[in-house]
This record gives sequence, C-alpha cells and structure tokens, in this order.
Amino acid sequence: MSTPIIEMHGIVKTYFEGRPNELEILHGIDLVVQPGEFVSIVGESGSGKSTLMNLIGALDRPTRGSYRLDGVDVSGASSRQLSDIRNRKIGFVFQNFNLIGRSNAQKNVELPLLYAGVPPRERAKRAKSLLELVGMQDRARHRPAELSGGQKQRVAIARALACDAPLLLADEPTGALDTATSRSVMDLFHTLHREQGKTILLITHNPQLAAETDRVITLIDGRITREEKGGGRVD
Amino acid sequence: MIDNICLAFASLFANKLRALLTMLGIIIGIGSVIGIVTVGDSLTGSLTDSMNSIGASNITVSLQRKSSGEDGALMFGRSTPGSDDLITPAMIEDYRTQLGSRVESIALSRQVGSGTVSSGEDSASVTVTGVNADCQAVDNVTMTSGRFIRDEDGERMVAVVSDVFVESVFPTAREVLGQTFDVEVNGRLLRLYIAGVYEYQDDGTVSVDGSDPVTTVYIPIEAARRVLGESEGYQSLTVVGASTEDSTALLDDTEAFFASYYTHNDSYTVAAGSLETMLSTMAEMMSTVKLAVAAIASISLLVGGIGVMNIMLVSITERTREIGVRKALGARNSAIRVQFITEAVVICLVGGAVGIALGVGLGAAGASMLGYPARPSVAAMLLAAGFSMVIGVFFGYYPANKAAKLDPIEALRYE
Repeated sequence: MSTPIIEMHGIVKTYFEGRPNELEILHGIDLVVQPGEFVSIVGESGSGKSTLMNLIGALDRPTRGSYRLDGVDVSGASSRQLSDIRNRKIGFVFQNFNLIGRSNAQKNVELPLLYAGVPPRERAKRAKSLLELVGMQDRARHRPAELSGGQKQRVAIARALACDAPLLLADEPTGALDTATSRSVMDLFHTLHREQGKTILLITHNPQLAAETDRVITLIDGRITREEKGGGRVD
Repeated sequence: MIDNICLAFASLFANKLRALLTMLGIIIGIGSVIGIVTVGDSLTGSLTDSMNSIGASNITVSLQRKSSGEDGALMFGRSTPGSDDLITPAMIEDYRTQLGSRVESIALSRQVGSGTVSSGEDSASVTVTGVNADCQAVDNVTMTSGRFIRDEDGERMVAVVSDVFVESVFPTAREVLGQTFDVEVNGRLLRLYIAGVYEYQDDGTVSVDGSDPVTTVYIPIEAARRVLGESEGYQSLTVVGASTEDSTALLDDTEAFFASYYTHNDSYTVAAGSLETMLSTMAEMMSTVKLAVAAIASISLLVGGIGVMNIMLVSITERTREIGVRKALGARNSAIRVQFITEAVVICLVGGAVGIALGVGLGAAGASMLGYPARPSVAAMLLAAGFSMVIGVFFGYYPANKAAKLDPIEALRYE
C-alpha cells in the first residue's frame, strides 16, 4: 500500500497550555486519508473543525500526537519547514477566496510558484494552463474585483493546484457562493478528483455537499464521532 | 526580487496620495541637501574658474595694522600709516634681488582719484591711477597704439588712455599720441600727454544711464605720488610669481620677507594674500554651510524615515490578511520580510529621486539667479540615493519583521 496522504494519530490541540484558561479543542484525533480519496469533514461551528483544518494545513502544530503529511513529519517541523510543506504539499481553497486584490488572476495563480522558486517564464506558462483547466483562461488579466464569486473561486482553485500539491484542502469553498455557482465549483472538484486523481479534503458544515464525497467524517466537540461512506457524486 | 519591486510599486500606486505624503519628509531632506550642494558647488566652481582667468595666484602684499590684543596699543596707534610705515622702494629693490628669480613682475599702483575730461560739449569720466611698468602684465592691458607707462617715465605727466576715451574726447583726431588733455582730479587740474592707447575691456558692469563707461587713465606712479604730495613708499603691491613657482610657497616667503622689516614697528606689519587663499577660505566656509544643512536635512530625513515606518505599520495592518494568504501559500518569513523591506526602500528611493530632481532644479535655479552656471554634483546625488536606501532598510526593517512574524492563522482570520 502506498504512503497515506494524511496520517494523524492521537492529535491533541490545547490552547493557553499551562495557564488557568487552558482549553483543549481536539481530544485525540486519528485520521488517515489515502491518495486519491475525496474526504469531507463536517461539524458545527465550535466542533474543532477549523482547528483541525489548521493542523492538516500545516498552519499550526499539534500539542500532542503525530502527523505525517505525504510522508513528511509536520508535528515537529520548524516554522520554515512548515512554510515549505504548505508550499509543496498543500493547495488551499478558502471560503472567501483570499485572492490578492492588487494582482490579476494569473499573478495570483503564480504566487505559490513564486515562493517555490520557479522561474518567471515557467510560472506564467503553468498559470495559464491552470487557468485554462478551470475555464478562466479569458480572465487571466482581470483583477479579483472584476470577477464574480464563482470566477474568483475558480482562480483560487487554479492557485491551489499550482504547485501540484498532493493534497487539496478546501475550507467551506462554497460558503460564499449561491447554489448554482456552488454546484459548478463542486463539479470542478469532482472533475479534479476523477480525472486528475487529486486527493481532496473538503471541510464544510453542509451535509448535502459532504454526502457527495467518498467518505464523510463528522466532528463533534473535538472528537471524530462518525465515519461513513458518502454516496459519491449525485448527477 | 523583481517581483517584489513590481509589488512595491503596485502598492505605491494603490495609495498615491499616502505614498506622496510619506515621501515628503525624504523629498524635503534630500532635496534641500542636493539644492544647497548644487548652489555651493556652482558658486565655488565658477569662482575658481573666473579667478584662474584673472590670476588667482597673484599675491597682494599690503600694510596691515598690528592687532595687539594684549596692550590695547591698537586704540592709540596711528590710524593711517605714516611715511615711516610704508613699503619703501628700497624694500622692493631688496625683494627683487633676493626673490627676483621666482617673481615675474611686481606691480605698484596708486589711485589718484576720479575726474572728468571735457572737450567741447562732450565729456568723459575717468579714474586716474598711478602705475609702474609691471602693471601692464598684471592688469592684462593690451595696447592698440603707443606704449604703456615705463619705469623711466619718472614724474613725467604722460598718460595711457583707453580707446573708448579717445573716441569720446578726440572723435575727429587722426593721431592722438602726443596730444594733451586736461583732467580735473581732486580739485587740481592736470595736463597729461597721451603716450599710448589701450584696448578697453568690458568688465560686465553696465553704466546706469547708458553713457560711456568710466575708463582708467594710467600715469606713472611717481607722477601720481607727486600729485598727491605723498612720501615715497607704497601701501600695497602685487607680485606675480613665475609660472613655474608654487604660489603658496612664494606667498609665505614674500610675507616673511616684508614682515621682517616690520618686526620693530608697533603699529603696522605686512600681510600677503592671494585670491587663491581667499578661495580656499571660502571653500572651507562653504563646506561648513554644507555640513550645517546636512545636519538639518538629517533631522528631516529622520522624521521622513519615521513617517515611512509609520506608513509601513499601517500598511501591514491593512494587509494582514494578504500576509496570511501569502504565508498559507508557502511564503517563508524571510520572503515576507524582504517584500516589505523592498516596499519601504522603494518608497524611500522614489522619494530620494524626487528629492534629487527637486534639489537639482532648485539649486540650478538658485545658481542661475546668483549668475553662476549650475553644476549638479553627481557624487552628492549618488550619496543621496544610497542614503535613502539605507533609510528604507533601517526604518522598513521593524515593520517588515513584524509582518514576517505574524501568525498565519490569526492573519487569515483578520477582518
């Protein structure tokens, strides 16, 4: 069996450790995601969903437990190593797109490549092909303010794919979109999953969207309470 | 790096007014330094040029009252030099024998006064000056006909006049050499024989009413002395060193030579000076002024730098989310730091460039107002550019470091 993309064992995250207001958010999470899986994590706000996402996304380190991302140890990584892990191993898709307002679509897609040290000509070439993949090739010179919500999210997905990271981490990617646009964004994820074999982790509070994925993991009060097989894509 | 510079310009253009206001401190600081340096350099540069053309190395030896701070003799000493105090022809002869090989000419002159020469309805204003033969070289006098004053002329009332003078006083005469004219000087009427005519050189002074310029009538110095009824001796003389001579050394030796005659004189001594020494004194003064302006400007630059720091802190707060996104996408702390330092440096460099342009412009305007050609100093400009860069790095580092250390989770959540 190949190396799991996510391999988490006994992950505990505590804030204000050792202080009177010490707060344990995650109480020992075990999570394994295999390459090519489309997994969703659902949970109400306050369930520890965001904290878990930050840990999976290598934005933070767990207080206890071990976490290997694509075979690389994240729990003991330095801040500089975390930066490189985020750059090479994870493609982020945010709820509010988080595009850089002053840069056009293509420059936004190029950004992770810039931090990866890819030369300008190659960056532009790759960014163009990614924009084409998400159907945004005509908007390469447009700034985020000139794009609709769905278009922005497509650009953001192209950006997440830029470094060809093994994990696509989407945090409420349809949260700021209307139903029709949400549908098209979800379809894009399904296409990426099916045709490119992308490993996708979708974090959402929407059970219908979660149900479309291979596996649904429910998080309540910092614990994984349920794991069920999703229905896959409903056409 | 290029990406960072583009980014910095993009954020500069996103907030044009803010960027301009921030740069103002830098612009004023750099601009004032460059302006003053430009004016100063133009001034000293032009003076050096013009003095070289009129003989900056000419040494003027003149009587000077001894300043005696200790006994207050100054107050009671003779206020005008008596006949015992003057530089005597004997001293000059001695000087000629001892240092003559190093000296090209020794010019002696004495102003008799200004006067008017009338001929019919026309009149010409003149100044009558007694000179010796060496004055021709020192004053750069070019003869058009006849000869200059000679030392053999003694007390003879011969005169050398300008061509302008000839035109107004003898407009019809075919030959003026040997002609006589009367000039009234200091209430005395002098009858002078024209021995030579020199070419009048316009020194740039314009007469107010458009009348003919006042020209000099040269007469022998002995004649001038007799007219003035003064004793034999001079208050000042001009020495022109041989072209191979080091003028500073000659100046020191000349002063020492003449001063040796005055060691026992209570009231007077001789001092030697040249435009060259004056010039170096002026250059020293100028550099003091420059230093003072630099000090004031550095305060302005400090304030400007603090302004840059302030705006960078504001900018980083505004762009917290952007920083979070960049970090999430894999920007290392160092990349964020470099990005914001670059931005601060770009603000300072653009400010510096505007300041340099402004300074050169104002300096050139100032120099031309004073009547000198502008000479912008490239060294000063490069220094200013370098200095603005240093300010950018120095005042940009703290905000940039703050940005680099932001927690990506907090930054992403920032509204």
